[in-house]
Amino acid sequence: MTLTDTGATTVRRLTTSKAIVEALAQEMERDPSVIYLGEDVGTYGGIFGSTTGLLERFGPQRVIDTPISETAFIGLGIGAAVEGMRPVVELMFADFMGVCLDQIYNHMAKIHFESGGNVRVPMVLTMAAGGGYSDGAQHSQCLWGSFAHLPGMKVVVPSTPADAKGLLTAAIRDDNPVVYVFHKGLMGLAWMAKNPRSLDEVPEGEYVVPLGKARVAREGRDVTVVTLSLSVHHSLDVAEKLAADGIDVEVVDLRSLVPLDAETILGSVAKTHRLVVVDEDYLSFGVSGEVVATVAEYDPSLLATPARRVAMPDVPVPYAHALEYALLPRHDRIERAVRAAMTS
Amino acid sequence: MTTQAPRTTPETRPDTRPDTNTEIVGQRSRSTEPLDPGTRVALYETMVLSRVYEAAILREYHADKGPGFDIGKGLVPGEMHLSAGQEPVAAGVCAHLTVDDAVTATHRPHHFAVAHGVDLRRMTAEIFGRETGLGRGRGGHMHLFDPATHFSCSGIIAEGYPPALGQAFAFQRRGSDRVAVAVTGEGAANQGAFHESLNLAARWGLPVVFVVEDNDWGISVPRRSSTAVASNAVRAAAYGIPGERVEDNDVEAVYEAAGRAVSRARSGRGPSLLEVHTLRLWGHFEGDAQAYRPDLEELPDRDPIPRYERALRADDLLDDETAERIRTAAEELVEDAVDFAKSSPVPDPATAADYVFTEETS
Repeated sequence: MTLTDTGATTVRRLTTSKAIVEALAQEMERDPSVIYLGEDVGTYGGIFGSTTGLLERFGPQRVIDTPISETAFIGLGIGAAVEGMRPVVELMFADFMGVCLDQIYNHMAKIHFESGGNVRVPMVLTMAAGGGYSDGAQHSQCLWGSFAHLPGMKVVVPSTPADAKGLLTAAIRDDNPVVYVFHKGLMGLAWMAKNPRSLDEVPEGEYVVPLGKARVAREGRDVTVVTLSLSVHHSLDVAEKLAADGIDVEVVDLRSLVPLDAETILGSVAKTHRLVVVDEDYLSFGVSGEVVATVAEYDPSLLATPARRVAMPDVPVPYAHALEYALLPRHDRIERAVRAAMTS
Repeated sequence: MTTQAPRTTPETRPDTRPDTNTEIVGQRSRSTEPLDPGTRVALYETMVLSRVYEAAILREYHADKGPGFDIGKGLVPGEMHLSAGQEPVAAGVCAHLTVDDAVTATHRPHHFAVAHGVDLRRMTAEIFGRETGLGRGRGGHMHLFDPATHFSCSGIIAEGYPPALGQAFAFQRRGSDRVAVAVTGEGAANQGAFHESLNLAARWGLPVVFVVEDNDWGISVPRRSSTAVASNAVRAAAYGIPGERVEDNDVEAVYEAAGRAVSRARSGRGPSLLEVHTLRLWGHFEGDAQAYRPDLEELPDRDPIPRYERALRADDLLDDETAERIRTAAEELVEDAVDFAKSSPVPDPATAADYVFTEETS
């Protein structure tokens, strides 16, 4: 494959999963030290389509099915990274962090610091997150806030196919450990309800989206919605609906939690003076509180009305469809929060 | 080190003998061929250097903890897990390694660091929390990382095994004959990370030598109370790899068994498990009164270094003069390292948040 620079790219539409595969293929082509490890990433192609076709193209030496031993194979990725490889390791569900968290937060994330900068761990830990399809409390969580809370790993959460490609490329090239969280509802899977924007334009060729830079997904004057992942699209839908009522919503897609782009958040709130944070992760002690605190610490007088948070309540994700959808941060809740921000 | 009169009850007395109805699979007797004299003296030298090192750290650690004992006080603060008594394991294993081979050690790492050739000055400076330390004072004695010798350790039980798999994986992929040695204690053999690692290394034929230091005690819990099998070496059978247990803390038996395991890994025949029945001569950590331990009075007689010294003297490989020269050389190296550490700058508090990410490296 010939790589072209960003200036020479053309656009065509890909699903998020195909955009991820394209980023992986291009980076594996470019750098022989890049390998992909995980459960069912070989013949199956990734449960959520993150590696479709890579085994055929790069062979079993570089696209590697692991046993169901997350502690062992994440640790293996760490050791290989320490020795100069660039492993991309897939944790099938973010929810599975519980069986391997020690390798992630005590080893992957701390070795560079504990070594006083003498040992680098250039590794990407990818994982699927999110609910909305009745997979219950152990397979529907987002948990990106939990990773972001623990120091030493970057955390990126793409919302579009183009960002999925560009952020993954940047993550693989980064010399730090990067946690890369993709939402199942955005992968464009044939067997799961998907957001219509799961299929979108993706630049061909080499495409890098820098980590730590938020994106203004929709410009608006009246209220800022800071959000990420699938919730970006729900927020955009609400923004379009409210435009008819004369409410001009700005939607900020964080893209990265670590580093957090405070500048873009503050710039938007300084313009609109109203803030709603939408997050599918749990409400308390997480992303939504962090965003509000970022504004409050900088200048609470930026806010003309109280900040609002629309997040997963502090409740395990229920199984029954009606219960799950009563708690997810969906359009109705976002719309109510935006209207409240406008009126109070 | 503080000691109290031991309580001796049947419940707390460790029975370190194998269960009579349990066969120790893989235990091998020593070969009848004696090791060559140079190797024997070198093993002794490594053990002496390690012991002299631990004695110096013990001295410095307790020098300024008072009045009473405040764990956070002094030039060497925090928990301190010293390896006295376990020198035969590190000496016997690392004699087969070069600095191109990897070692992942435990919360009790100094003997392996010494035996693997980690720079004593920078290691000691790290233990003293100085800017010249291996981790610029960010790691401490349980978190020593030395890229020059591919040495690291982890304070979390059994969790040093998985990264060793990755180092071995990288060595294998590059077509080298380098190996990774992963060390745990016997308590770690009941952790999931231990078993996941053995399975994965066995299935992928990774060049790893898994070492278990059985010092009888998981802090205060005797192995017999924690572990369903008399020898962890038998657990190797569950993963189809060779398992050996060395009894009696015998450095030459460790040397021979480790030689088989390292050679197997180097020649592409995959991992092995080696358990050594060793001895925790001092407490779990400094300040541990070891009231739970009934065998304190017997410990001096079980010290492996005087025992090995007697064996070498009996074979005319060591006399007073050589023994004195070896000890003096070790003391000079160690005191030089301690002086280096003490005279090194403490890290600037303004840099306390540095090194979280590569971009934040001063």
